[in-house]
Amino acid sequence: MRERTLFIDPGRCIGCQACVAACRECDSHRGRSMIHLDYVDAGHSTAAMPTVCMHCEDPVAPCAQVCPADAIPVDADGVVHSASRERCIGCGNCVHACPFGVPKLDLAEMLQYKCDLCYDRSSRGLAPMCASVCPTGAIFFGTYAELVADRPKAQAVDVFGFGDAVIQTGCAVVVPADREHSVVPGGYE
Amino acid sequence: MSRTSRIAAPGVDAFRLQRGEPAAGRADRTGEHLVATHCCFCGVQCGMFLRVSGAGAVFGVEPRNHDINKMKLCPKGVTAYQQVNHPDRLTFPLVRDRRGDPLRRASWDEALGRVVSEIRRIQQTYGPDAFAVYSGSSLTTEKCYLMGKFARVALRTKHVDYNGRLCMVSAAAANRKAFGVDRAANPWADMLDAQVILVAGANIGECFPVTTQYFWGARDRGAKLITVDPRETALARTADLNVPLRPGTDAAFFNGVLHVVERQGRIDEDFVARRTVGWEATRAMIREYTPERVGAICGIEPGLIERVGTLWGQAERAMAFHARGIEHHIQGVDNCLSVINLVLATGQIGRPGAGYGTLTGQGNGQGGREHGQKSDQLPGQRLIEDPGARAYIAGVWGIDEAELPHAGTSAVEMVHQAESGEIKGLIGICNNPLVSMPNRQRIARGYDALEFHCQIDFFLSETCDRADVVLPGSLWAEDEGVSTNAEGRVVKYNKAADPPGEARPDWWIVCEIARRLGHHADKFAFSSSREIFEELRVASRGGLADYSGMTWERIESTGGIFWPCPSEDHPGTPRLFEERFAHGDGKARFHPIEWHPPAEEVDAEYPLRLTTGRTVAHYLSGNQTRRIGALVQQTPRPWVEVHPSLGFAEGDPVKVLTRRGEATYPALVVETIRRDTVFIPYHWAGAAAANIMTIDALDPTSKIPEFKVCACRVERGEHIDAIAPPPVPPGALPDVAGAGGIADDRPPPAPQGRGTAEA
Repeated sequence: MRERTLFIDPGRCIGCQACVAACRECDSHRGRSMIHLDYVDAGHSTAAMPTVCMHCEDPVAPCAQVCPADAIPVDADGVVHSASRERCIGCGNCVHACPFGVPKLDLAEMLQYKCDLCYDRSSRGLAPMCASVCPTGAIFFGTYAELVADRPKAQAVDVFGFGDAVIQTGCAVVVPADREHSVVPGGYE
Repeated sequence: MSRTSRIAAPGVDAFRLQRGEPAAGRADRTGEHLVATHCCFCGVQCGMFLRVSGAGAVFGVEPRNHDINKMKLCPKGVTAYQQVNHPDRLTFPLVRDRRGDPLRRASWDEALGRVVSEIRRIQQTYGPDAFAVYSGSSLTTEKCYLMGKFARVALRTKHVDYNGRLCMVSAAAANRKAFGVDRAANPWADMLDAQVILVAGANIGECFPVTTQYFWGARDRGAKLITVDPRETALARTADLNVPLRPGTDAAFFNGVLHVVERQGRIDEDFVARRTVGWEATRAMIREYTPERVGAICGIEPGLIERVGTLWGQAERAMAFHARGIEHHIQGVDNCLSVINLVLATGQIGRPGAGYGTLTGQGNGQGGREHGQKSDQLPGQRLIEDPGARAYIAGVWGIDEAELPHAGTSAVEMVHQAESGEIKGLIGICNNPLVSMPNRQRIARGYDALEFHCQIDFFLSETCDRADVVLPGSLWAEDEGVSTNAEGRVVKYNKAADPPGEARPDWWIVCEIARRLGHHADKFAFSSSREIFEELRVASRGGLADYSGMTWERIESTGGIFWPCPSEDHPGTPRLFEERFAHGDGKARFHPIEWHPPAEEVDAEYPLRLTTGRTVAHYLSGNQTRRIGALVQQTPRPWVEVHPSLGFAEGDPVKVLTRRGEATYPALVVETIRRDTVFIPYHWAGAAAANIMTIDALDPTSKIPEFKVCACRVERGEHIDAIAPPPVPPGALPDVAGAGGIADDRPPPAPQGRGTAEA
């Protein structure tokens, strides 16, 4: 994972959607949220979970790899950016390739949009909007050492398995500290 | 009330901040400037920056690292700024020539002239008390203070009350009885030192979202969490113990918990002997509340009561919090007192990590009720029937004490008095009773019976829409002044914009009416909000809620100041009751509480319990939040929450019937609610408004309505009732973004709203 990164801690999420509202405030995509917020066990529980771009590290960004227009830049910091407006052809390859279901296609504009870690903020050391406002710490921006210092019952994982494919990510998900450290199974069985 | 109290509990400094406040660096790059202020919505009062463009328009929000919220905001806070340049804003006065005619544009001179002539006519015909003032607690404290003074000095009426009557009054009355003062005992940072935290009737995650960080921070440090609620809320989902009790049984439950604590020998006998009065009568009472009996009343396992009692009793430091869930009852004051009994009997108050608090629903719920717009109080939490208080305030106001009216009646009672013809005219500000007050049909009859009704607001609420005169007022961001959050911490709002068009600051409107009325007009010659604050400081001096040592500058240069603050070198009082309580003898009072059933028990015809509450994307009557596109998208309409055992499928039209009315909602079928209870959120107007069904039974002391329980039945309906879009002024087009979700009949997948995939 990145040194200073986003940690998603679903156990703390109250489903309020402050992250969604804050994401809409970002100057590069005002009015449009890049966060996915799902009520994951609707009817049975009030549980909720935000999904942000995991900024895949190894292999680097499946979305960028499959882009026929080479429109999705990955910068030296490992941030996987939104498709560039000039290059994106709206084919949707990235939408299908992303194992976490993150990129969205705007069918009217025929352009892809995804979380870019609030690059205007995070590149200056500021937390992304979602992590700044999250009332619960379900989205946390910082280092792993900071996270576990605050949350003794937590550990973070950054390795996810999808069938035979294993992906190491730049952002991480918090799981209970007593969970065996292994690849997190992702996707639908 | 030690002067050595610290604002922050030990450990709060280790409460990690997200890196970096945006502030200056970003602003420089974009040519904007940032106005440091606070949110207008709930009692948390999160700090925020409003972004103001180079052209002077408020266009966004930035997180602010204020001591209360540490940059956190909820979805309402993030989008609050969108009210400022909203197309629905009232930008000119409106009058209605005759009932039944539409509202039309009028000049300020015409509108104010009509208000003044109607006040004079009604008061000359029927007496001064025939004209009432109904105010609210989302105003700054300056305005709240002004409304009380306006009613009593300019109108000379005893009929003034405020919408906290629907909100905090049960807790306020209980605090006053038990502690001698009405304020939360501890700053929230104290939670980080607690070993056990109990939350009763408070949906923290939806109603006070940003407070969640204190609860999770406490749990990170090892605290156990107990929640008490008929619905399993987002906070309750992972709680160590969750008590899903039957609505209307709270006092029985807390008596039962204290029974267990006492039987296990966990009473703090030393604290009880030194610092309290009346324990023996309470001890005798709670001995009757065995877990078996309480379990049967509350509809829960007796073992759960044992476990809560054991966990609370063993804690060295424990804190209890409650909100409307236990307060919106005809036994609302008693319910709060039953929690306080538990706190006092175990000595869990007045220390870091040991304490008690109630969570104010409105932004300035605390400040708004303590400076003289409550029917029985004068500024500084003084009682209006206390001769010393009357003399002092009459002196501050420069009037003869004999001129000062005596106690009036409460908000809901005033509307009932309008129905019966006792009150003939009313000025309302900062409320929307057609959506918020119980048993809407009767409330509408009350407002219709008024000979004259003027409403001041910044949006055309459902209540404005029936008024004879509507005066366009100001948003929180268009004025400055102070607000007191649920902790008792006073914060400062700053101005980021002028009111739009011909709209005016609320205090200007009220002072202008007083000036034109001419009675003691010189007492309303304020030229700024600051002048009102300076008078308020003097008026509060020596009262329980003493603000006299606060200045706007001091408030802004700190993380806010907790009252009492009696002198300019006083640091304020974050933690109360460290050495003494506010009763004359310094001791707290126990009150033996005998539980009784709610006003309307279930029967064969109405076998279920209906309870009402909030959802996270909306606020109170929705007059503000139903106009903000993002919030409407998250939660476009109300629903009825039912347990699967009732046999409905997701989205089915379900008709809810009570003795007062009926409405049909889409079903949200969840396992997180009791089988015998259904829930409706109350923020909407029209045929699907919750207050068609709710009961207008009132607590005998606090006069709070029993919003949280009445008898109902549900049956399969035919058509889902539509909600009414928010009214707009003549000439304005309905806001497309805000009205976008109106026609949608689907329930949300969860009480918190629609996920981004469903929206």
